Amino acid sequence: MRHRDFFWFMAPSALAMILFIVVPIGSILVQSLFVEHERVLITVENCGPFGCIEETRVDTEATADLRAKEPLGRFNGVGTYLDRAHLAVDELGAILSDNDGPGDIARRLMNLPFYKALAFTLAYTFLVTPLCMALGFGVALAIDALPRASKGPVIFLTLLPYIATPLLGALVVFWMINTDGIIGATLQAMFDDPALSLQASPVLTWAMLIVWGIWHMAPFAFVVFYAGLQTVPSDTLESAMIDGANRWERVLYVTVPHLKPLAVFVGLILLMDNFRVFEPIIGFSAEANATSLSWSIYNDLNGQGGQLFGSAAATSVLTTIGVMILLTPVLIRTWRASGRRSV
Amino acid sequence: MSDIPPHLRPSTPVHALAIGFLAVWLVVAAFPFVWTLWGSFKVEADFFSRSSWWNAVTGPATERQTGNAFTLAGYEGAWIEREFWRAALNTVIVTVSVTAISLVFGTLGGYALSRSTRDYAAWILVAALVFRAMPHITLVSGYLLPFFQLNIWGVLPTAIVVLVAINQPFTLWMLHSFFLSIPKDIDESAMVDGCTRFQAFRLAVIPVMWPGVITTGLFSFLLAYNDFAVTAMLLNQENQTMVPKINSFLGTVQTQGSIMYAVAATVSATAPLFILVMVFQRRIVAGLTAGAVKG
Repeated sequence: MRHRDFFWFMAPSALAMILFIVVPIGSILVQSLFVEHERVLITVENCGPFGCIEETRVDTEATADLRAKEPLGRFNGVGTYLDRAHLAVDELGAILSDNDGPGDIARRLMNLPFYKALAFTLAYTFLVTPLCMALGFGVALAIDALPRASKGPVIFLTLLPYIATPLLGALVVFWMINTDGIIGATLQAMFDDPALSLQASPVLTWAMLIVWGIWHMAPFAFVVFYAGLQTVPSDTLESAMIDGANRWERVLYVTVPHLKPLAVFVGLILLMDNFRVFEPIIGFSAEANATSLSWSIYNDLNGQGGQLFGSAAATSVLTTIGVMILLTPVLIRTWRASGRRSV
Repeated sequence: MSDIPPHLRPSTPVHALAIGFLAVWLVVAAFPFVWTLWGSFKVEADFFSRSSWWNAVTGPATERQTGNAFTLAGYEGAWIEREFWRAALNTVIVTVSVTAISLVFGTLGGYALSRSTRDYAAWILVAALVFRAMPHITLVSGYLLPFFQLNIWGVLPTAIVVLVAINQPFTLWMLHSFFLSIPKDIDESAMVDGCTRFQAFRLAVIPVMWPGVITTGLFSFLLAYNDFAVTAMLLNQENQTMVPKINSFLGTVQTQGSIMYAVAATVSATAPLFILVMVFQRRIVAGLTAGAVKG
């Protein structure tokens, strides 16, 4: 294809991506270096019958004026990155230099918002992804063995958790495990503990969100593996059988290697999607015990006392760096492939 | 599968185990939705019953309060009193526009990427992959301040354009791998016959591309329909779509029964999605695997 043709075919799509993906990434880089203006304070002398007192007041008009004139705020350099809400360098130093062992370090780190969000995001990503793939693969094997007529409806039911809007899927489950919901109430009755609530402890909240994540994303892994199963060569399966391989060995030595490239693809997509975990935290109102990087940004932008653009932008930049690290293997592979082609 | 030779068919105990596992999975997958659908016709005292979950099945409080075991109170409250119809209308506008524009842009771009063998095409695809991995909320935090300054925050067209852009990486990837499966000979022979590249695309490729476009369109539709981060942050109160609207039902002060508005609205927003999946199930399954199976 000629360069010129390629350019014109690509232009609308590329323009949309540049304007609304590349430019915003630049925009968060810039925004993260600024911080909201402090309120303008004025000192007035208040004279009453008992003498004069100096009083410091907020000059609302001047503050609003300043904010309108310089909407970005004032320049703060990398200050926002280092503050307590982000990388918390000072706090980190204090924790590392003076602590009572790894348990204490972990406990104190979890009091720092950024590390708390990072810990949950990573735990969620790296637990949900493999477990999802395992469950999806199991379901795919089971459905593949069903008679043809029953496959359609079974696949339909299997897809539901993945198709449902994430926030609504979270709400639907949340209403069931709520202390007044069917599962929550049943658990209370089972353990004979009226105070038992899945929301009360951090461990239970994390477990609940991770189980929800597996439930939500497993159908995706299922669908891809199921399609892959249709392409497993039956000759190979048969010869494995003649060689005396039992059912389990056939799955392990024929089916699994055949599906390996698919597993890489599924794993990559799942890593990307799980890393942005956000909606379930809103749906489950889990923010007291579990926050994610995406949730932190949302929270800064949705703040009660005004939107913290600088803080949200700094977290966004750190999240973007996380995404790049996650994708490094892919980037390296493409780099090598393009090197080979040009040689 | 009926074409499996008898000796490869599963043995009975393994088969029974597989059926049992599948039965458990199906209950886990589908029951929450069935339960919520049923509960949406009850009053709050039954669906969130403190005494027994069996109340949600039989509905004694619903019968006491409304004289019938089923009530439409939640739906009335959400759709009429809280004007959920407005959000539904906004969702229709947003999803239809996003799907249509995404497909036009994505078809052109995906076609170009599939027909170019140069390095920059490969790099555009990798860039698209990185863009696809960006959490949407990080991009939103980049939009807000400029959008406020430009005074285009809060309106539907802004959200539509943003969702189109966020959709592009995925659309490009999917259509790219679909166009790869259409033989190059089709458009190249048209060009030998004197067509320009665009004429070849229009006359030779467009007539055979619909299966791939429809599948990709379904996914664009799902992305726009399911979005929360973008629509919640970029739309003002009147322009809210269904998902942020349901979230706002939860946020407001819990008046008696207002949680049932959220339950009814959730059912209302989920039902069309499930009907869509039922109709297009084969295409969705084919589409999810299109890029993957070919590698």
